[in-house]
Amino acid sequence: MATRHIISIKDFDRSEIDRLMDHARQIDSKKYDRNALSGKILAVLFFEPSTRTRMSFESAIARLGGTSVSVGSVDACSMAKGETLADTIRVVSGYADAIVIRHPKEGAARLAAEFATVPVINAGDGAGQHPSQTLLDLYTIRQSMPIDAIDVALVGDLRYGRTAHSLASALSLYNVRLHTLSPTGLELPDTLATELADKGMKIVNHDTIEEMIGLVDVLYVTRLQRERFPDSASYFNVASSYRITPELLTEAKEHLIVLHPLPRVDEIDPRVDESPHARYFEQSKNGVPVRMAMLMDVMQ
Amino acid sequence: MTHTEAGENEGLLVRRIRNGTVIDHIEGGEALNVVKILGITGTTQEALSIATNVPSRNMGRKDIVKLTNRELSKEEVDRIALISPHASINIIRNFKVCEKKGVEIPTVIEGLVRCPNPGCISNTNEPIRSKFRVLPTGLHCHYCDWVIAKDLTSYIL
Repeated sequence: MATRHIISIKDFDRSEIDRLMDHARQIDSKKYDRNALSGKILAVLFFEPSTRTRMSFESAIARLGGTSVSVGSVDACSMAKGETLADTIRVVSGYADAIVIRHPKEGAARLAAEFATVPVINAGDGAGQHPSQTLLDLYTIRQSMPIDAIDVALVGDLRYGRTAHSLASALSLYNVRLHTLSPTGLELPDTLATELADKGMKIVNHDTIEEMIGLVDVLYVTRLQRERFPDSASYFNVASSYRITPELLTEAKEHLIVLHPLPRVDEIDPRVDESPHARYFEQSKNGVPVRMAMLMDVMQ
Repeated sequence: MTHTEAGENEGLLVRRIRNGTVIDHIEGGEALNVVKILGITGTTQEALSIATNVPSRNMGRKDIVKLTNRELSKEEVDRIALISPHASINIIRNFKVCEKKGVEIPTVIEGLVRCPNPGCISNTNEPIRSKFRVLPTGLHCHYCDWVIAKDLTSYIL
């Protein structure tokens, strides 16, 4: 049987996504074999900093009875000596039963899958794909509402934000209307917008958060990176106009959920944390059952 | 029709060749890009003739490339389709057209163009060749999904 990799959400069809989410829900309700991956080793190859993704993969393998190995920091590994990723992957394939990789270069996980003899899971490749994040985003939406005939808003840096791109691609498989709000120059890339429209997705672009807030069922907020702006003043100007506050949410639909891949900086007022709309910490927690489902999918 | 007749119709702009390949019906002005795609440079051995903006009844104007002592492979021929989908290829042996074929747009191209995305893993020292899927929207990088929708020739390796 061919080795199964998880590289891009675009490699999935809707039934595969639904099946993985059903499995994650089963795991979430504690119905799973705690020794499902007993004796299996997951190599955690992170060439970029990560808190949530890395820890939740390590937690996921531990909860299934397996163990993880890692290289520690990038400086400590042979890549720092100039070894190619292809060679690193060939070597690590001999040490583990699956590899989860985060790398600053786009397409790195696809390359890794070509050289690996064990399954590879992409945990983020530069500005590219981050399929496990997308699956947990979808899972969190599905906890609150069926992903059907809903309005989902993407807010923030939609040009470079990989989580927004992956989520938009996945949502195009469902009956979803997409709303976008982003600063000038950080809009959804044209190629992606065209791709989504070709799949029949309706996209509505907005100029202010106030005009959008009452229309949507899901508000997906992403971090605005200060370095994308010419100066601090223009950053603060945009950041304050996009900030999600309890006052803003008084105009929202009652069942609206607010998601954020975290870490957040100024995008969401901490007072929103107590609101019934806030789901971003739940979303983060969902990373474990979703990644457990993914590991079982490729390692069993 | 032999390539001789084709030459005469155009006033014999370029000399007949004994053996090799004549690429006819290239979109006007694309001949130099065809040569680039074929990897022909000043340092390669082939004798090369190029006619550009030749009047053509069907195309208005067209370019012609003649390559001496080299028969193009299917893979090379199909690469030409990316910039000139109506090109026709005549394989010449002893002054006669022995094979005549059209070009087909390939589904995947490898090692021909570099990915324009500076952050793409294919632009590093990894032991891989660039790889693109050819879709109606353009060339999609196999690794990072970046799309080359226009100016393909400026990315030829």
